[in-house]
Amino acid sequence: MKVYNMVVIGAGPAGIAAALEAKKNGIDDILVVERDEYIGGILPQCIHNGFGLEYFGQELTGPEYAFEFIKELKETDIEVLTETMVLDVDKNKVITALNRKDGVIRVKGKTIILAMGCRERTRENIKIPGDRPSGILSAGTAQRYTNIEGYMPGEKVVILGSGDIGLIMARRMKLEGADVKAVLEIMPFSSGLVRNKVQCLDDFDIPLKLQHTITRIEGKERLKRVQVAQVDKDFNVIKGSEEWVNCDTLLLSVGLIPENELTKAMDLKLHPVTGGTFVNENRETNIEGVYAAGNVLHVHDLVDWVSEEAEIAGEAAANYLNDNLTKRKTKIKISPDRNVTYTVPQKIEYEFGDKNFIKIFMRVTKPIENVKVNFKYKDENIVSFPKKIVMPGEMVTANLPTALIKDHMKEIKVSIVKKEGETNGKK
Amino acid sequence: MQIIIIGAGVIGAAIARELSRYDIDIKLLEKEPDVADGTSKANSGIIHAGYNADANTLKGTMNVKSNPTYDQLCEDLKVPFKRNGSLVVGFNDEDLKKLKVKKENGEKNGIEGLEILNREELFKKEPNINKKAQYALYAPSAGIISPYELTIGYADNAVRNGAEVLLNTEVEDLIIKEGKVTGVITNRGNYQADLVINSAGLYSDKVAKMAGDKFEITPRKGEYHLFDKVHGDLVNNTLFPMPTEKSKGILVLPTVHGNLLIGPNANIIDDKNDFSTTSDGLEKVFEGAKKLVPSVPEDGIITSFSGLRASLPSNDFHIGFSENKKALINLVGIQSPGLSSAPAIAEKITEMVNQYFKNNNMEIKLKDDFIENNPSYPHYHRYEENDEVEKWQNVVEKNEDYGEIICRCEHVSRGEIIDAIHRPVPARTIDAIKRRTRASSGRCQAGFCGPRILNILSNQLDIDPLEVTKKGRDSKILKAKSKELIIKDINEEDNVGDKNESI
Repeated sequence: MKVYNMVVIGAGPAGIAAALEAKKNGIDDILVVERDEYIGGILPQCIHNGFGLEYFGQELTGPEYAFEFIKELKETDIEVLTETMVLDVDKNKVITALNRKDGVIRVKGKTIILAMGCRERTRENIKIPGDRPSGILSAGTAQRYTNIEGYMPGEKVVILGSGDIGLIMARRMKLEGADVKAVLEIMPFSSGLVRNKVQCLDDFDIPLKLQHTITRIEGKERLKRVQVAQVDKDFNVIKGSEEWVNCDTLLLSVGLIPENELTKAMDLKLHPVTGGTFVNENRETNIEGVYAAGNVLHVHDLVDWVSEEAEIAGEAAANYLNDNLTKRKTKIKISPDRNVTYTVPQKIEYEFGDKNFIKIFMRVTKPIENVKVNFKYKDENIVSFPKKIVMPGEMVTANLPTALIKDHMKEIKVSIVKKEGETNGKK
Repeated sequence: MQIIIIGAGVIGAAIARELSRYDIDIKLLEKEPDVADGTSKANSGIIHAGYNADANTLKGTMNVKSNPTYDQLCEDLKVPFKRNGSLVVGFNDEDLKKLKVKKENGEKNGIEGLEILNREELFKKEPNINKKAQYALYAPSAGIISPYELTIGYADNAVRNGAEVLLNTEVEDLIIKEGKVTGVITNRGNYQADLVINSAGLYSDKVAKMAGDKFEITPRKGEYHLFDKVHGDLVNNTLFPMPTEKSKGILVLPTVHGNLLIGPNANIIDDKNDFSTTSDGLEKVFEGAKKLVPSVPEDGIITSFSGLRASLPSNDFHIGFSENKKALINLVGIQSPGLSSAPAIAEKITEMVNQYFKNNNMEIKLKDDFIENNPSYPHYHRYEENDEVEKWQNVVEKNEDYGEIICRCEHVSRGEIIDAIHRPVPARTIDAIKRRTRASSGRCQAGFCGPRILNILSNQLDIDPLEVTKKGRDSKILKAKSKELIIKDINEEDNVGDKNESI
């Protein structure tokens, strides 16, 4: 069995960035396995702009963003296997994959980067009753048909969920000549980026109906109409608010689920909130030398942060292979506190070395203005960062200075609270 | 000799297969774009032991007679089947009495191995069952099967033995001459026959009426939730609550493919074409299932669906010659345990057909070249389940299409999908491919593989991608080529959308 220093599963933005970073840190014998016929993950079908502002300081389209990394990858000797599906990974880091040319492939990675990305939630996940006609698809599948295959999946469109792909596809379908009737969102706020709401809906007069959902689907063969209803703050349908809307297409943008079937096969437990595995600051899972990065770990709204996170994992894997890491005597737990739904990482396990800070990614439960992100050990405030506004649709990040982390701190709690000390801030 | 069978559900397909042992020209007519497209595709998928019905009913005899034949049958037809056993769960001494009655009835019917389990024995078999459960009637001979794969297997085998399956062919009327049915009128032309067999399921009353036979099929809808395979080991046996007059209640069971299935409820409806699910119904299914297994997960549903049982007021199967016209056999009201009874029903019909021809001084002969077995199509997931992934290498070496995974949730290769398109009863729609290969039946529900399967169908059938459907007729997946709608918009002056909508 061929043994690689690193096997990366998935050649999306996370996988490529992790492989490149390991290479830059002196690692040879890297294999990247990709199930699609091209690399770049979902980016090649994201032909809109808005990528790269954080990472490159300029605005790029999805394919352009991917190309920057692909170009670099091609200049290295990193091995890439496309159209190759990884079917199993075991605890001993042995990978089973399948493709047309080689058939069943078995390789071992001294380190493994899990970078499988995520998948879209389906109609069934949110239990919309009714008929089961054609014309109901996830926004991402519609995006593939429109931007890669060159076909329009429908003409009269209703979009459920204001996730970023839903907002992007509202505009895309409109530009392709479809009648986009509305985007419905069950929450009282948009779950996508603010700029996407403005640029994709407002600019095209597409209504965003907050606190609305779909209660029934009709159409024996092709979708004929959907029943739209308003909900109260507890998500119960308000009686009498139901209205039928004729449409031949329903796009769903109701959330993303990290694609962790392989992770589960390795007996790694999944975080109940992120849907990804538990990791330390190196994005290392509970199996030494196995890392997770990108949307397989937690769903990001910006690819820029996927790249950054994957580089953390890639560098850490290189350090692991070069034996450059020292474990701390006691590990530090990072826990979400008030208004924070989760943090990544969930723990700090290694000595800091020359690291000046640890970047903590987190999500907030609701939109709040004028807040402070507080890091605390028991009642003692370690550090605070002011933020003008935080929203659930936009990841919050903060750099926790390593100099302030002391050996006695066993758990650091992260909260986001109103500056004045209010806790239930409203938009 | 010519025989027409109307309706390619499990019963029609089983009859076609059994009759294809004889030197008969058989046509199996189906109004839908695939076989098993009605009741046979959406049910619990259980092969019952047969302790419910009385021995003096058709339900009782047919089921008990069929049950032991399933192992060999499924081996021949290459259909997944497993004897996982069933448990009727009792919660008190009153239930125990009823279970004992059931057991006695089962033994009278000739079922072996029935046992009343006490609490300890029950929990050993089912650790996740409701802690309040006290007793259970255990039937080791009960099994689980893929009902649509059985139907497809039967139909494929019939075709291999010379029968013809005509899809998208709806019988509009019977041709009757001098009190005798001599053929059928369909949307695709007329067909002559010496004998017509009506196995039209939900519509068997409609077909019978064409000969003046009066039946009234009442569709009874049952809704189900199917869960991700990660929940497939929540239960081992098929768990039944104590039954009521109307139904066997809401079950919790593993499917033969390793998913978890809960359902069905039972609601009488009017519309035989209403396969919709309701929020109320789906909630009831959850409530019912939780009574048996409180830890049934709230999340992890892959799909929710409903099926219609074709029930008669008499509550038994009706199998017999038309009372008004000659040369017509009606099979009406074949609801549960219809699937469990299919082999014996087909055998019974074969006897009736033989007798009929004999009585009319005609003779049918057994073929000497009947092919008992279906070929074994390679399925990667079976190699995976059997821990034989290494052996898949040989399959890929023969044909590299088997090396390209198209459905990533269920691990289905391009080769398997191409096979499905070229089987004796060919898959022509996305749903037909799903039923033959499991492609798109997993947790992403075609999000990833949908566009790819569409391309394979379009290539293999040499049709425009715009023509590919989910389930035939108007269920097209795509509407237009890129930019076509914009051009249409420019050409149409008034494109203001639907009126009377606030959205």
